[in-house]
Amino acid sequence: MSRLLNKSQSAVRGKVDLQEIDSLILEPERYELREEPRYRFEVDRREFLKTLGGGIVVCLVAGVARAQRPGRRGTGGGRGGRRGSSSQEVGAWLHLNESGEVTACTGKVEIGQNIRTSLTQAVAEELRLPPERIRMIMADTDLVPYDFGTAGSRTTPAMAPQLRRAAATVRELLLDLAAKELAIDRGSLTVVDGKIVHSPTNRSLTFGELSKKGQLTKTISSDAALTPAADWKTAGTSVAKVDGAAIVTGRHEYASDVRRPGMLFGKVLRPESLHAKLVSVDLEKAKLLPGVTVVHDGDFVGVAAPTVPTAGQAIAAITANWKTETSVSDSRLFEDLKKADDDEGGGGGGFGGRSNYSRGKITEGMKAADRKLHVTYTIAYIAHVPLEPRAAVAEWSDGKLTVWTGTQMPFRVRSELARAFGIAEEKVRVIVPDMGSGYGGKHTGETAVEAARLAKAAGKPVKLNWTREEEFTWGYFRPAGVIEVAAGVRKDGTLTAWEFHNYNSGGSAIRPLYEIPHQRIAFHPVNGPLRPGSYRGLAATANHFARESHMDDLAHAAGVDPLAMRLKNLKDPRLRAVLEAAAKKFGWGPHNKPTPERGFGLACGSEKGSYVSTCAEVSIDSRTGKVRVVRAVTAFECGAIINPEHLTNQCEGAVMMGLGGALFEAIRFDDDKIRNPKLAQYRVPRFNDLPVLETVLLDRKDLPSAGAGETPIVAIGPAVGNAIFQATGKRLTSMPMVPRGLKV
Amino acid sequence: MSGEIGLRVNGVKHKVEAEPDRMLLGVLRDELGLTGSKYGCGEGQCGACTVVLDGRAVRSCRLSVADCADKPMTTIEGLAHDGKLHPLQQAFLDVGALQCGYCTAGMIMNAYALLAKRQAPSRQQVIQAMEGNICRCGTYQRILQAIDQAAKSLQGGAV
Repeated sequence: MSRLLNKSQSAVRGKVDLQEIDSLILEPERYELREEPRYRFEVDRREFLKTLGGGIVVCLVAGVARAQRPGRRGTGGGRGGRRGSSSQEVGAWLHLNESGEVTACTGKVEIGQNIRTSLTQAVAEELRLPPERIRMIMADTDLVPYDFGTAGSRTTPAMAPQLRRAAATVRELLLDLAAKELAIDRGSLTVVDGKIVHSPTNRSLTFGELSKKGQLTKTISSDAALTPAADWKTAGTSVAKVDGAAIVTGRHEYASDVRRPGMLFGKVLRPESLHAKLVSVDLEKAKLLPGVTVVHDGDFVGVAAPTVPTAGQAIAAITANWKTETSVSDSRLFEDLKKADDDEGGGGGGFGGRSNYSRGKITEGMKAADRKLHVTYTIAYIAHVPLEPRAAVAEWSDGKLTVWTGTQMPFRVRSELARAFGIAEEKVRVIVPDMGSGYGGKHTGETAVEAARLAKAAGKPVKLNWTREEEFTWGYFRPAGVIEVAAGVRKDGTLTAWEFHNYNSGGSAIRPLYEIPHQRIAFHPVNGPLRPGSYRGLAATANHFARESHMDDLAHAAGVDPLAMRLKNLKDPRLRAVLEAAAKKFGWGPHNKPTPERGFGLACGSEKGSYVSTCAEVSIDSRTGKVRVVRAVTAFECGAIINPEHLTNQCEGAVMMGLGGALFEAIRFDDDKIRNPKLAQYRVPRFNDLPVLETVLLDRKDLPSAGAGETPIVAIGPAVGNAIFQATGKRLTSMPMVPRGLKV
Repeated sequence: MSGEIGLRVNGVKHKVEAEPDRMLLGVLRDELGLTGSKYGCGEGQCGACTVVLDGRAVRSCRLSVADCADKPMTTIEGLAHDGKLHPLQQAFLDVGALQCGYCTAGMIMNAYALLAKRQAPSRQQVIQAMEGNICRCGTYQRILQAIDQAAKSLQGGAV
């Protein structure tokens, strides 16, 4: 196998298309908590082959994978910059057994975005098989090739093409084998429903029969032809969610449901505040409880017990003294974020980072403007609130550690575990059952490490389910930010200047797609008070909120309709298309007469290769200040659509989730504590918040499919803010906009 | 002090050793292995743990096991019969009213109790009844559609 791999590795260097795929894999984003594994061992495929038995195996070499390292070069803006470290990787593999069953393996994780279904469709398409004939093994580090993680909307544009290539290669191999076996010209054969068929003579061979002839393992840098989207039969259709029946019957096992023989239940002693350090601890009373194992290792204190209540009693029996030297508070959050930039030598410039951009001269652009507008926007910290809090079950056996856990980055968690316990990565297996979502909030492996430490001490498997309060407190957050925008516009609505500074929130989608001759764009990373991390759409939501709110203000200042204003300054045909499609479906126009209690707003944007526009209708109760989004129409375009129904579901869900951050979600903290770590205190969207949601999908079969789990979230916030402005004349510049209703 | 408590879950009688003040959810999941009911918050705020007790939808994370003794209880595992899905389960699949599916059991159980009480609830009645259930993936519109479909299916006597 390794010889084959080496050979194909040199062959792959000329493959530009695959390299391009990989060069796109990692988005520049500061708030991915990136740490490269210290070592990466050769993937052990023996386990995989042992599991699956004989037949045909195709491993696809995914070109030159550029792993991202935490760059710290240059100014503060350099953080998150890309450094090239190249390694040849197998990106996907596929197995056809002697019964004709197909198993595809990928390191991606199913978190509700329905990629188990869409990837199954991709494989089924190339093999001309019904989707139910494909089994997808996902996110089991012993059985699947290395993968950086399920993030950045990369599954559809990067993983699906790899699986399709592997599947297309198997298809072509089967055609070769059948031609040889039947002694017939290959061109006269067709692939139909698990068979290679020669119609003129009515002869056929099943995939299973052929796989017996073909006992082979092939590593490829494939150039097998992929089926164009216009010819798709299975991809492009609304295949039902794979394993949906297991979910609606309660049979599906999430990580928090995994049970192992002799399993104990863990609980960890949490510090009394975010930055508290352990000074001393008395464990004696806890140790007296029957069946309880108590662990104190460095800063870690935890217990494993036969039941959850006993684990709780054991933790309660521990007395600890803490010392807090750093105390954080949100009382001056936004002033502090801006000040921190000055203190860290950002000097208000911050140029030099990847997100930064400059063209023309702002002073000239401002001179050419009839109206100028300078506004500061703010964005609060928010929490992901996946309905399944972090969970892990850890089991040690013969020096090998197996952990079932909900994470979007199984291989990263494998590295974390290997490092934490000083063992080789090959001694660690991480298995991620399809999970109770993440939204970018489960990239790390805290729970896995904690459960494994307890299991090691107890000598038995240990399950650790974080409580909701732990999830709110000890996870990480979408970073808060301050965004300053200064822009100039002519009377006719033409933009002349655009200066945009984002402090702390992030650089995603920071650049406008509007045609503006004079621009200055900068992301200023600072060290904020809370632990920052990824989130659905990252900072694209904050940057679109500021940009699209500002566009609306400029349109108002110039006396131009907000839709006309955008179209006037926009050449990008894909963004224009979604903007026009949403407006048409919504019925945008002067007939929508605003009143103080009803307004209409729109916004548009792009991120991660897809395009979105949302129009919103908002009602305001002028007596109570209650704001309700009545209707939201979203147009979305992400290239060729793989599953229209699931894509619509993603769009609706993203808009719904986006409403929370836009209207009322905010993490509050002071005295070094999270002040609202409960669902009773942190409001997320519920049934009562549901608007009428309408989605228009633009299917571009001529374009490669982009990911869709994130971008539809970015436009709802500013669309709602713009509608509130139209109704009331009040410009809301902070997200969340109306945590306690609108004060008119 | 732990003692023996009788539970009647999905038509099956169980005897469990548990402290009387222990929450039902933990007993279902950890003692009886019925993991279909989920922990989401432990505050009764999210509805992921909803089961039906004596015909009422209850939050099993906030209900002591002693309060459930010997009362008939239905969990998500008890809805399908002989491999045939309950109309609510079928409707959730047909409509695609789930993404990650972690809230689904609680949604279905709450809707199950609602439809047992009202054959044809209005949209507003469904929203009021379901307000305590969170779907963080945001599939609320589809869930309403699924409940509507199931209500019609149950009325039509299908299944």
